Amino acid sequence: MNEFRKDFPILNQEVNGHPLVYLDSAATSQKPVQVLEVVRKYYDFDNSNVHRGVHTLGNRATDSYEGAREKIRKFINAKSTKEIIYTRGTTTSLNTVASAYGRQNVQEGDEIVITYMEHHSNLIPWQQLAKEKNAVLKYIDLEEDGTISLDTVKETITPKTKIVAMTMASNVLGTINPIKEVAKIAHENGAVMVVDGAQAAPHMPIDVQDLDCDFLAFSGHKMCGPTGIGVLYGKQELLENIEPIEFGGEMIDFVDLYDSTWKELPWKFEGGTPNIAGAIGLGAAIDYLTNIGLDKIANHEHELIEYALSEMDKIEGLHIYGPRDPKKRCGLITFNLDGVHPHDLATVLDMRGIAIRAGHHCAQPLMKWLKVSATARASFYIYNNKEDVDALVEGLRAAKEYFNNVFE
Amino acid sequence: MSLNNLDQLYRAVIMEHYKKPRNKGYLDENNVTVDMNNPTCGDRIHLTLKINDGIVEDAKFDGEGCSISMSSASMMTEIIKGKKVEEALKLADIFSKMMLGEEIDEEILDELGDIAALQGVSKFPARIKCATLAWKAMEKGVSKEIE
Repeated sequence: MNEFRKDFPILNQEVNGHPLVYLDSAATSQKPVQVLEVVRKYYDFDNSNVHRGVHTLGNRATDSYEGAREKIRKFINAKSTKEIIYTRGTTTSLNTVASAYGRQNVQEGDEIVITYMEHHSNLIPWQQLAKEKNAVLKYIDLEEDGTISLDTVKETITPKTKIVAMTMASNVLGTINPIKEVAKIAHENGAVMVVDGAQAAPHMPIDVQDLDCDFLAFSGHKMCGPTGIGVLYGKQELLENIEPIEFGGEMIDFVDLYDSTWKELPWKFEGGTPNIAGAIGLGAAIDYLTNIGLDKIANHEHELIEYALSEMDKIEGLHIYGPRDPKKRCGLITFNLDGVHPHDLATVLDMRGIAIRAGHHCAQPLMKWLKVSATARASFYIYNNKEDVDALVEGLRAAKEYFNNVFE
Repeated sequence: MSLNNLDQLYRAVIMEHYKKPRNKGYLDENNVTVDMNNPTCGDRIHLTLKINDGIVEDAKFDGEGCSISMSSASMMTEIIKGKKVEEALKLADIFSKMMLGEEIDEEILDELGDIAALQGVSKFPARIKCATLAWKAMEKGVSKEIE
């Protein structure tokens, strides 16, 4: 057992006649009652639009919505809540950086540097920006073990580089990247550092001032919060100089017939009625995670994957991708089992109540780099325990046996 | 033990096609070619069809994917060979009805032969797209030829 499982009522069910073993938190995490109750309470008592009503409910909603922004600021140690913009999720955050900052600052012949391990959401926005601007998109090559070498980073980033975009933790390899060091190299070359924090924010402490990154994107739903809410952090001096890309209610100062002015940060980037319940829910998720402690969460996951790696290694024909050192990894393991296609594997495991992910994980260029068309992925979070790992390993053995028999 | 449910999905005949796919390979470039993939999971198929006078004279496929998608491609190429284009399209229609879980006449099931074994896929919603990939590619290829 594990002390946090009781907070997640969804885990207390049977799937296909077996207790649910949820190993797909890298896709989306489960939500604790502490978050569900806060969202419920908002709709039961405070539901109202923000920043406009003079009435009491409007004030309460606004206070909770802006209170959550302060929680997020503290969570990543930003200097000011002006630097915290609510979005729909990581994808929207990264697209906003590309469409707003990127379009306004990248010129023909400039370079944009990313890596082979990026999720499509931190790849396609840059690819399309490069196409539009006739800029050069460059990829930082990976080492054999799926890590990044700072020497390669130094070779790839040049004074022509305007943007370096990199994930803090890979959703496939599990690799944790040296963001602070890369940001330093980016800055020495006059580029800004954009960080995809989708797989990092739920699992490890993040300090944007220490990392000195210029933009950071992450999603609420992977960190015990609701879907449809995410964050874009940007340094204030950069955000001040970027024009908004969405226009409408909430984001304006004065509107004239032929021109308008914008609200101050962060609201100039938040056109339209926002996802108020989502933001408040994310605030509650941050409370939940910080009460436990991000270091404790990271340690728990390291223990689990260390155990999982050693148990999975005992299965003949099982290949694990990414760095072998558990300390260089976040809490997920991507693998393939000889003779069993990942989809078939996921179906066999599902029949045993075990949820894993199978496919290309929104990282097709990385799949090419790994020379596979698909992989299976098990990902862990605070509510997982060793019994979950044992169930997975037993399921993998059963799948192997099942398919081997079929082939005999 | 729910592995027994798996036997409904992974019928012996399916696994036999997976293990020894029929019509694996390519026809030369003068024939109809279709590339199709399943963007959600990465399965892909390259299908070549030789169509003459409204008859599918030959069909070959290459690709990557799970047991369901590859065995379905093997079975599909096997059954459409020698069939009129309209008949092939009719089979595609029957197949998609089967994937939706609709009742199929015994007579038609007999006609489908090995393909009838894929009926169980309809109970695994996440896998239906695996089974239909090759059929969608065929429909696209045939309609290319008709145009």
